[in-house]
Amino acid sequence: MTALLHVDNISKRFGGFVALDGIDLEVQPGERLGLIGPNGSGKSTLVNCICGTLQNESGTVRFDGHLIDGLAAHQRTHRGVARSFQLPRPFHSMNLADNLRIPLLYTVHARLGGLLRSAGELDSRCHELLEMVGLAKKAKQMPRDLTQVEMRKLELARAMAAEPKLLIADESMAGLSHSEIEDILALLVRLNERGITIILIEHIMSAVMSFSQRLAVLVSGKKIADGKPEDVVRDPEVVRAYLGQ
Amino acid sequence: MTSVNTAKFSLITIAAGAVVMAFAHWVHVDYLFFASYTILQFIVLATAWNILGGYCGYVNFGSAAFFAMGAYASVFMHKFYPLPVPVLILISAIVSGIAGFGMGYLTLRLRGSFFAIATLALAVVLQTLVVNWDYVGGSRGAYIIRPEELEFAGITINYIEYLFGLMLLLTVIALITARTIERSQLGFGFATIRDDELAAEASGVPTLRLKLIATTISGAFMGMAGAPFPYYIGYLQPSSAFGLEYAVNSIAMPMIGGTTSWIGPLVGAILLGSAQQYATVTISSAVNLLIVGLMLVAFVIIAPNGLVGLVQGWRRAWRKP
Amino acid sequence: MDISWDLLLNAIAAGLLLGGFYAAVTAGVSISFGMLDIVNIAHPAFVILGSYLAYFININYGLDPILVSILMLPFFYALGASVYQVYYLSFEKRGQEALRGLAFFFGLLFVTEVSLILVFGVDYRYVEAAYIGPSLHIGIVDFPLRMLVPCLAALALFIGIQLIITRTFIGRAIMAVSQDQMALQLMGVDPIRIKRIAFGISIATAAVAGALLIIIQPVEPSVGREYIGRVFAICVLGGLGSMPGTLIAAMLLGVVESITATFYGPSWAPAVAFGFLLLTLAFRPAGLLGR
Repeated sequence: MTALLHVDNISKRFGGFVALDGIDLEVQPGERLGLIGPNGSGKSTLVNCICGTLQNESGTVRFDGHLIDGLAAHQRTHRGVARSFQLPRPFHSMNLADNLRIPLLYTVHARLGGLLRSAGELDSRCHELLEMVGLAKKAKQMPRDLTQVEMRKLELARAMAAEPKLLIADESMAGLSHSEIEDILALLVRLNERGITIILIEHIMSAVMSFSQRLAVLVSGKKIADGKPEDVVRDPEVVRAYLGQ
Repeated sequence: MTSVNTAKFSLITIAAGAVVMAFAHWVHVDYLFFASYTILQFIVLATAWNILGGYCGYVNFGSAAFFAMGAYASVFMHKFYPLPVPVLILISAIVSGIAGFGMGYLTLRLRGSFFAIATLALAVVLQTLVVNWDYVGGSRGAYIIRPEELEFAGITINYIEYLFGLMLLLTVIALITARTIERSQLGFGFATIRDDELAAEASGVPTLRLKLIATTISGAFMGMAGAPFPYYIGYLQPSSAFGLEYAVNSIAMPMIGGTTSWIGPLVGAILLGSAQQYATVTISSAVNLLIVGLMLVAFVIIAPNGLVGLVQGWRRAWRKP
Repeated sequence: MDISWDLLLNAIAAGLLLGGFYAAVTAGVSISFGMLDIVNIAHPAFVILGSYLAYFININYGLDPILVSILMLPFFYALGASVYQVYYLSFEKRGQEALRGLAFFFGLLFVTEVSLILVFGVDYRYVEAAYIGPSLHIGIVDFPLRMLVPCLAALALFIGIQLIITRTFIGRAIMAVSQDQMALQLMGVDPIRIKRIAFGISIATAAVAGALLIIIQPVEPSVGREYIGRVFAICVLGGLGSMPGTLIAAMLLGVVESITATFYGPSWAPAVAFGFLLLTLAFRPAGLLGR
């Protein structure tokens, strides 16, 4: 079986600061991967390099069997890579339904060569997605009226609206209460059951441990461990560099 | 979204234009033609500016440059191979559209403010070019002998009325274009750029391509607004074509009217434009411009969504209590 | 074509003097745009304001324009700090600096220019000082004092700013704010206060630059517009926020402009800056010294 995402030896530096130093990472179709690491370890940079927000300087990123280096972020979204942002970035001037309409129009519509033609179909898709995250009643509200957890759900719904093969959830639970975390986790598991591959980047260990089938650890721009979650957290290097802090 | 569709809106706008034209023809005061021509020209400029500035959130300080590009394209053609004004408008649209695209292509891949800075410098450079270009009159300027009348299909039309009619048509086209964009997928995409470019890209919006579309359309309309100008004024000098009032008004009018919809620039241009037409008669043009500048500063600080935003706010407060 | 060497040498010398002066005009923008990411396009208008104040006091009280500009430093600093306060409260805090913040500075630029026209008219104004007129001759090269004195004053200003930035606590805090606001907050320093101080300093430099400008050439209110393209071209070419880069870029632009003016006529000089700006953006957006 070939990997859905194949990151091969990528590096990225900002001025003199090495943010990523020869990272390898493979993600299989349908997998749930947890990605952890201390602040500034390069997790977000890695996400940005996979999604095309930043371009890696060396190495290659392969997605679904194709090289995607050099592609702009929106092209990667069209190919099936979707992400949520660490700090939610909704479109402030649009209501919730219109927020979801954007990826539907610009990604799904474009990908299918204009199959999503009717306004009615667009509306029902938006509604389904809002239903999925439990925001259907707020379709006409503006993002500024949402609570933290609702904002995160909107962020995930918008990523899902692009109908991705791979979803990268970048700290979707930071700052949420225990029951809210359960809520988001359950949502992510449901998405995974629909066949979507998920990379979860998270600080909250209990969440990562219960969600991930595999765990990778980044420290100072290097991957120091990759394997079964229960093995990885016992790895002495991981304990020393990360969990021991 | 709203009840009025594009076809209906176009019909209404065209009808409104026809009524204005008929009324002007009936009153037929030369000064009124001149004054309203200027206001129409500002509506086109403000609407054009807003397609990039209001919809996408990118500031163009070089409206005067694009306007002058249109005007000088006309002067050049007038000397080189005289053509009817509607054709000149098309040529100007192409020239300024390409300039808009080029400026965008060079600067929009970098940080957002570079575009604004480059457009600011563009006016100075183009003026330098024109001043040094004798063929179009150099620093002395160029005379364009305007015919008194125009024969068209056996009907004789007063030339000023003809130019007024063209500008009115251009205004109608600009407003329909702006409103159509606003309600289309393109307009949605523009709004995501204004809101959050990273999130837009992540949602699959090709932001660079959309921004280039906006700079091109916006530049083209500004050029079109300038194309008939040499015929209207009869004598084109660099200092009048690159006049500061174009750069300032095309920003101040949408900002004061409201930037998020087509109606803002229209309201702003009609209000500021008529006030200035009135004020130039009563007070000096410098005081006039000072007032526009002060209003711009006051509005961006106090009423960020312009008059349209204020009215919307009042209506919301009216319904709620 | 036979190149006239003394013409070329004189053009280069004049360009270097001019470049030194450009560095003084750009220093403020290097701080506001380069370090604080505030696109203050009204900076040249503040420079012209400085020119007119120097002119007014010089003509009425006979004070040396450079001395006047030094006396004006506190006022320009206060002006800058207040402008920043308005900018911060109205735009930065609301996250609207990209569109409305730019329009705000454009409005300021415009209001200043038109106000000067209303007060002083559109005639060219100039100052009087002993060093306007005579020249220093070294070999075949002329150094008009009218250019040399401003250049030296500009370099002094430039070195002063560089010292403030690298040697004082405030300066290091300004550098920190340009890189990471969060870190500064963790250190217990209010980044807004630091930015206000930095912006105050940036506008204060305009007082000096303005006095130097009116020594070099007669000034009328719209002269400032020619400097918008220049200062931002220098700032971008020098690499945002890099003071040494700014100085090198200013000298380079001065020399190229001066050569252009000598061989093709002064009316072409304003186009040079724009060419610089576009070429930099197209080929080297990180600037000369950028990585």
